[in-house]
Amino acid sequence: MAAALTSQLHALVNNMFATGLLDDQFQQLQMLQDFSAPDFVSEVVTLFCDDGERIIGELARELDKPNVDFDRVDSFAHQLKGSSASVGAQKVKNTCIQFREFCQQRSRDGCLKTLDLVRTEFYDLRNKFQAMLQLEQQIQACYPKH
Amino acid sequence: MTVVDSESRFHVLAVDDSLIDRKLIEMLLKNSSYQVTTVDSGSKALEVLGLTDESDDSSSPSSSCPDHQEIDVNLIITDYCMPGMTGYDLLKRVKGSSSLKDIPVVIMSSENVPSRINRCLEDGAEEFFLKPVKLADMKKLKSHLLKSKQQHVAPQPQPQPDQQPEKPPRNPEDEEAAAEAIPDGIVSDCSCCSTSCSNKRKAATMEEQEGLSSPERTKPRLSSTTSSSLAVET
Repeated sequence: MAAALTSQLHALVNNMFATGLLDDQFQQLQMLQDFSAPDFVSEVVTLFCDDGERIIGELARELDKPNVDFDRVDSFAHQLKGSSASVGAQKVKNTCIQFREFCQQRSRDGCLKTLDLVRTEFYDLRNKFQAMLQLEQQIQACYPKH
Repeated sequence: MTVVDSESRFHVLAVDDSLIDRKLIEMLLKNSSYQVTTVDSGSKALEVLGLTDESDDSSSPSSSCPDHQEIDVNLIITDYCMPGMTGYDLLKRVKGSSSLKDIPVVIMSSENVPSRINRCLEDGAEEFFLKPVKLADMKKLKSHLLKSKQQHVAPQPQPQPDQQPEKPPRNPEDEEAAAEAIPDGIVSDCSCCSTSCSNKRKAATMEEQEGLSSPERTKPRLSSTTSSSLAVET
């Protein structure tokens, strides 16, 4: 049972690397996890998912205003770019870079289009992260804890 | 005073307003067997260090901090872009304090802005890491920690002034250049930390409005700056 789940997990994560959703920074996180901090990756991933959701909400809110404060929008995009870079969320990170360029240009249309893109990519990533965490939990459940 | 010994644990103070980045840097540092304290702002960092926000108080460090902790910090690693007090501001405060100026300071930033990097290095930062910080970067810290404790600075010319810090030799005198600071030069403003948000897109010109009048340098003298700033240890 554990073997089947494990190969599912590996296939999922490998696919995320292969499709460019994740980059080698995620591998750095995996390498850092050890016996003293066995939940490190899942904690960081969970933080990213929660934080990303919050920031996307803020971005939507800011862009909905009649007078868009592009500096504020840029600041949120910068935050999301930072956290996606830190977890290895390559696609989301790159879209945030595009986002910031539209902020610099004060282009509301550009920002809105990019927000749609970042939202789609973020949710796709989040779904896969959640599947990953679920598989890990199921695998751990196969082994009795001491 | 902490004994300079390979077995004794160095204490690193990590400053970052991002929770994810705090977790990451904490893990990186613990992985390298350092003792870690993380704070989310420059002002909290100063509290931990025993300084107040207003003054450089070296004579009575505990006067404004009733719960002043006698924490011995061996290195400060700080994010550049933070609301309120930036990493650069923190650097200046630390280097301006007679009690703290010898603590090595490392700056991290998600943005590769040569003028920013140069200014930090010239104003006393030991090293500048481009985020996300990696395991390989941790190896660069050791030499700064050992050097600050021993106060012996042998000005070494830079043997390998450029790339690939992935395999650094474990030699305290061998300094790796901040090679990560030269990837894809996306020059943009750090809108979250500008006090008067000057968020105009100018290629490496006066993007920081932090009340400093330093002229812009458009030549990223990254590797030579690193070695020269290390050679001129304060």
